[in-house]
Amino acid sequence: TVMAAPMTNDQSWFYALALGVSFLKCLLINAYHSTDFEVHRNWLALTHSLPVSQWYYEATSEWTLDYPPLFAWFEYGLSHIACFFDKEMLVVPNLNYASPATVLFQRLSVIVADVVFFYAVKECCKCLREDKGKDLLGKPSFILTVLLLWNFGLLIVDHIHFQYNGFLFGVLLLSIARHCQNRHFEGAFLFSVLLNLKHIYLYIAPAYGIYLLRCFCFTQSNADGSLQWRSFSVVRLVILGTIVLSTFAVSFGPFIALPALFKIWHRPNGARGFLRCLVICALGSFMFGWHVHEKAIMMAILPLSLLAVDSRKDAGIFLMLSVTSHYSLFPLLFTTQELPIKIFLMLLFTIFSLASLKTLFRKGGALLNPLEVTYLLGLIPLELICEFVYPLTVWQKTFPFLPLMLTSVYCALGVTYAFIRLYISLLTCSDTTKKTKMQ
Amino acid sequence: MENWSLISLCVLLGLTARWAVSFHSYSGAGKPPMFGDYEAQRHWQEVTYNLPVHEWYFNTTNNDLNYWGLDYPPLTAYHSLVCAYVAKLLNPEWVELYASRGYESHSHKLFMRATVLFTDILIYIPAVLLYCFYFCDGSSKQKVATAFCILLYPGLILIDYGHFQYNSVSLGLALWGILGLGLGWDLFGSLAFTLALNYKQMELYHSLPFFCYLLGKCIKQGLTWRGFFHLVKISMTVLVTFALCWMPFLSDPKQPLQVLHRLFPVGRGLFEDKVANTWCSLNVLIKIKTLLSRETQLFLSFALTLLFVLPSSLKLLSKPTLWQFKLALVNTSLAFFLFSFQVHEKSILLVALPVCLVFNEIPLIATWFLLTSTFSMLPLLLKDGLLLPYVVTSLAFLFLSLYLLSALERSTEEELRLGLYRKLTQRWLPKLNLSRIIKWKFWFSLAAMAALSFTSVWLKPPAKLPDLFPVLVSVLSFLHFLGFIIYFNQVQLMEPQRKKSQKKTN
Repeated sequence: TVMAAPMTNDQSWFYALALGVSFLKCLLINAYHSTDFEVHRNWLALTHSLPVSQWYYEATSEWTLDYPPLFAWFEYGLSHIACFFDKEMLVVPNLNYASPATVLFQRLSVIVADVVFFYAVKECCKCLREDKGKDLLGKPSFILTVLLLWNFGLLIVDHIHFQYNGFLFGVLLLSIARHCQNRHFEGAFLFSVLLNLKHIYLYIAPAYGIYLLRCFCFTQSNADGSLQWRSFSVVRLVILGTIVLSTFAVSFGPFIALPALFKIWHRPNGARGFLRCLVICALGSFMFGWHVHEKAIMMAILPLSLLAVDSRKDAGIFLMLSVTSHYSLFPLLFTTQELPIKIFLMLLFTIFSLASLKTLFRKGGALLNPLEVTYLLGLIPLELICEFVYPLTVWQKTFPFLPLMLTSVYCALGVTYAFIRLYISLLTCSDTTKKTKMQ
Repeated sequence: MENWSLISLCVLLGLTARWAVSFHSYSGAGKPPMFGDYEAQRHWQEVTYNLPVHEWYFNTTNNDLNYWGLDYPPLTAYHSLVCAYVAKLLNPEWVELYASRGYESHSHKLFMRATVLFTDILIYIPAVLLYCFYFCDGSSKQKVATAFCILLYPGLILIDYGHFQYNSVSLGLALWGILGLGLGWDLFGSLAFTLALNYKQMELYHSLPFFCYLLGKCIKQGLTWRGFFHLVKISMTVLVTFALCWMPFLSDPKQPLQVLHRLFPVGRGLFEDKVANTWCSLNVLIKIKTLLSRETQLFLSFALTLLFVLPSSLKLLSKPTLWQFKLALVNTSLAFFLFSFQVHEKSILLVALPVCLVFNEIPLIATWFLLTSTFSMLPLLLKDGLLLPYVVTSLAFLFLSLYLLSALERSTEEELRLGLYRKLTQRWLPKLNLSRIIKWKFWFSLAAMAALSFTSVWLKPPAKLPDLFPVLVSVLSFLHFLGFIIYFNQVQLMEPQRKKSQKKTN
């Protein structure tokens, strides 16, 4: 009889998905790239040509180095490979230099750095519950892999707009995976590495701090999950001390997460509670923080994917949040040439997440209630108006910001709704059923 | 996951790949005075929009036939006219008579690429999906996987969305024709194929199998009453379609003659440029282009083509099934490609389409052929600056067809249909593992193609032999195609009388 599509080999589908998305990324090498491309070229140049003491003083270009030192070292390492592609890109005064070799090198560096992300996703899949006997397309690990590896936001922000988020999120997800596997030292170490690569991850530092303090430094809990003060371990606290100190950030955002932080102190739910708190910290900072970029929403979506393949409620919230926030990324790619790409990829990701999560949780009714479905469908006329109809009207010249404002306001509704639902679910969830699963 | 979501995912991935390839350069970009096929298509929009019909194919003061004169049948002209109307709405400068020659801009490129995507979505992609769902064996996942692989065939994507052409229209219409015939809707099938023929005259490569299949079916129905009547109906459909397409040109007897003169430029010689067929390859050893007279060349080409299409066509005539029909399409078009007059390297796409249709039955050989066909167009792709998409799409296609269709696992001797080869080696080498030999040859050939691609890009040819690499590419491809035509003929001619149930077990 004819064999079903994939082979019986257990893990080959993972590599197939990874290779497939890499091919797609290669095809996008010649797409539009934003000023972030020049930012990174400038950083390659200044880390290569100048001594370390000058890195944070150099200001020939307007795009000065504004990431922490570990990222600067990363660029320094890359610059040694850049020599073989085009030496001219490493010359600091060569502003906006973008020869074909430069574009090829920079794009390839993002694609190759994503290997970290691939490894992290593989590790995360190990934390999911085993579901033997299901066909491949309905397996939680398969669905999670696609949701993460083929994430729309990462594809358009990293491989078109140009950034290194895949690599950074890989470190984050690996840290989460290590905590799920109870390898807390590694998890904490990875998180501190991450903070030194991009300081935006301070948003979720409180979640790490409180969780580790509660679950790691206090080595035992009472039978009902509440704190057993006697089991406090000084050694562990000292080891984690540096990380805990850095969690008390200045920005307003993290304090919004205070009730959530109290909750996981009081009744932690193991790794799942930690993840939920992490997402809330990220989302809270996104909503109330200072100078937030739209790309910061990715910090909430990627960890939420892990929760989405595990529970029905989270799957519903994930669908609302991911579709809304992916749509909110549309204004990042404003060129006509990239319009079909962003629509095709958005449809691809949305259809996959809807269909696969629906199949995964087919028992127990619909994932989204009619109001939510109407809201999401409303994105279609919104897109048609903002990108097709509005530019042809007379208001395009007088009120050019109107489509952007409409997009932001409409998406804000969805994001706020998801935030509230997540918060409520964290504050009201029960411990008993979840103890055995992820810990 | 439900079928519809799987199909939409595959189609969306196919569309994304196509549009991403379209970001790259096109034929003749920035190369005055003649530019390339992209400028030719733009010029046809200009000509058809601004000039009256009876001037389209003639050399007049307004229409210089030396500058990309129309050399495709009327349907292409009508298609260009429709595109020109849209172009005029968006930016009249794109189709100004004379003034728009060599016009190049980012927005114009987007417009042209969008026209290709539009016709692709309308004609080719639905045909592929319908074909896979009605005529592929296996589970629905298998069908979706086959459709996905066909949609990602690199050759068509690179030529249509890179070099710039509208092959998806003619190949799509031909595929609708095959679909019609397969479903038993002969009139619809003939109509679709006639339209394909009226879009690109190269579809003549496919016409003989269509004819033999239909004739064979009519004969089987009995030539006296039903069969004969059926034949008449088909002929009428074809004639009426031709008449409708050529209607504007039928008023004056000079018109159709001039059109035919443009479609079949007999004066242009045996071959042009490097193409992976017999004559070009033979020319490397013996300069037949100069040695033999034009008449001898014509005769030789005709004779050899006939020799190679006859067995396949006769077999199809005697046994008009869909399987035979598909194989006959492969064999006939490959014979025409190898031995015919004035063949262009892009004509390999005409062979690639029927090979895509046997993907599900012989995945390994089909993958091999399709990769070779893409490789054979390498010099053209390099000239157009399409190296990156060539490498990425070829690797992706290779990997996908091996993985999704289990091509390497489904390669026992019976599955590879090596009947005749087995019989030949039975006497002297009975222990020979033909299946393993085929697999080794497959990998070796891919390595050779990869190596030659690499050297074509990175090494400079010696000064005395500036065309060394294109010649090597076309000779290597030619040798492969020769092997393929023997193989596919063997499969078609040696097919035993199978029962339907036996076929399903494969």
